[in-house]
Amino acid sequence: MTTTRLVTLAPAAKRRSRTPQAADAPPPSIAPGPLARTFGVIALVIATLYFLVPVYWLVVASTKSNADLTSTFGFWFADWNLGANYDSLMGWTQGLFWRWVGNSLLYSVSAGVIGTLFAVMAGYAIAKFAFPGKRIAVGVIMAGLLLPVALLTVPLYIEFHTLGLTNTAWAVIIPSAVSPFGVFLGMVYAQSSVPTELLEAARIDGAGEARIFFTIVLRLLGPAMVTIFLFIFVATWNNFLLPLMMISSADLKPVTLGLYGMMSYFAPDKGAVMLGALLGVIPLIVLFFTLQRYWRSGLAAGAVKG
Amino acid sequence: MVAVTDSRVVPKTPAPAPAAPRRRRSGIRREGLTGWLFMLPFAVLFVVVFLVPIIVSVRSAFFAQVPSGGGLYGGGELVDSFVGFDNLVAAATNGAFWAGMGRVVLFAAIQIPVMIVAALALALLLDSFIVRRPALFRLSFFLPYAVPGIIAAMMWLYLYTPQVSPFLPYLPEGTDLMSPQTILFSMANMTTWTYTGYNMLIFLSALQAVPRDLYEAARLDGASGLQIATRIKVPLVRGAALLAVLLSIIGTIQLFNEPVIMEAANSWMGKDFTPMMLTYNSMMGEISPSGSGPASAYSLLMALIAGVLVVVYALLQRRKGDA
Repeated sequence: MTTTRLVTLAPAAKRRSRTPQAADAPPPSIAPGPLARTFGVIALVIATLYFLVPVYWLVVASTKSNADLTSTFGFWFADWNLGANYDSLMGWTQGLFWRWVGNSLLYSVSAGVIGTLFAVMAGYAIAKFAFPGKRIAVGVIMAGLLLPVALLTVPLYIEFHTLGLTNTAWAVIIPSAVSPFGVFLGMVYAQSSVPTELLEAARIDGAGEARIFFTIVLRLLGPAMVTIFLFIFVATWNNFLLPLMMISSADLKPVTLGLYGMMSYFAPDKGAVMLGALLGVIPLIVLFFTLQRYWRSGLAAGAVKG
Repeated sequence: MVAVTDSRVVPKTPAPAPAAPRRRRSGIRREGLTGWLFMLPFAVLFVVVFLVPIIVSVRSAFFAQVPSGGGLYGGGELVDSFVGFDNLVAAATNGAFWAGMGRVVLFAAIQIPVMIVAALALALLLDSFIVRRPALFRLSFFLPYAVPGIIAAMMWLYLYTPQVSPFLPYLPEGTDLMSPQTILFSMANMTTWTYTGYNMLIFLSALQAVPRDLYEAARLDGASGLQIATRIKVPLVRGAALLAVLLSIIGTIQLFNEPVIMEAANSWMGKDFTPMMLTYNSMMGEISPSGSGPASAYSLLMALIAGVLVVVYALLQRRKGDA
């Protein structure tokens, strides 16, 4: 399905040193023996089951009533109760469920767009300009990579509370938009795919720095920006502690926080909770499958440099 | 930050200079200005989101919020009153804090090695031409990373719940996955499920950057497949593994989502099961002593402990690398 399409797309990702096609046909000298192959395949299949079966169960459970969840075979469908679960989900959330998904989308897209642009600008500055304090700035940003960010959430709450920004969308968007990893990726990509000669040629032709950046550099860094956007988007969507502290109004909650409220409620309708969980991750899973190669290029940059 | 660094550079500027060097110097200054202008938006947000909170947490660790009216139930607004090291001493002598810290350290000691070894093993298997289409496996292993931690925790909570769980009936009678003896392992499993594929992808990227000729040469020299894996490939991903372990240690110290979800169904765990839960619930007034002072003191202690663990681990690794 999607995967085969991705395989054919993969050669377009020029950064990869080996394409999947090349991996398909190993030279006989390093092909594994039959015994190694058998055990290897068994291990891979067991791992696949471990990773996929819980998600499959989530799909099955979201179609069952509470009674069927406890009494029928767990890994197969029973009476189709999806509609009733959906109604229960909407009823419990007072019709806010899709609004929560919309909030998650709004926070993640806003943080992703702002964060990507700022990270690419900073990465480009580090890669292509000599400016006073550059080494300190790079050191501070890299230290930010290793900082335990959850620990910052409590003081962030105090700071935003003082500024009167708690319980607003900004309280989630602003902290999520700051990505030291994004700056790191922007720097790595700007070093490798923005030729300095091109910038100098544009300057000689009389183009201003802003124009060079927005018309030339951003175009060259397009794939890098997709990667950075993806990392920020997913981190924002998945964050729980930050909205838990910052957001108190029901209509501003992202979907993770809304579902937590439902789950921690006394004796919830479990099928409905599972349906909510499923609907809350579908946007992310779609993003994963369609933009897979950008993930890999980002992680590759981190792995090779790191 | 700007002012400090400027003062290091500005005194070097000589007053009079011949025409040509001056033009170059002003070019350099313009380049520096342009560089900073590009840095500026990120730098401002970085200060707001990273540096100010650090200052805030250090400051509030030295203050307590007391009613301005004075007395136990004194009225008036809450005002900050300087208490010196009281908050930090109280935090450092709080048994609940250290009990929670003990749990996350035990959790880290079990979960991180299991996850890193599993991720490395899967990456090696996918990199060794055992299967024709590694893309399909790679995607399945990475899929759990797309599930938000809090939603994964809710899903696993139901998977562990008697009657609801699809696999508990097949385990020995009386198996309880959420007892005081087993709950850390159950939570470790959640984290392993979520992050193994992510780490595997990092290792796989590092492995695939290695030219394949290297393996063919080793084969010609008579190395077995296992030897290629353990003697060539594993050392090549050491850097990536070091980083993955460091990030996992930092992540585990802040363990929050999984225990919060588990606690919703197992109230015996308490509101202080991990240091991060203790910090959050102190801040929210669920646990005494409450308020920003004690919460900031816990945060600072955790940051300190995370820093110590990271440095110790990095030093141990370097010594091992030298030997």
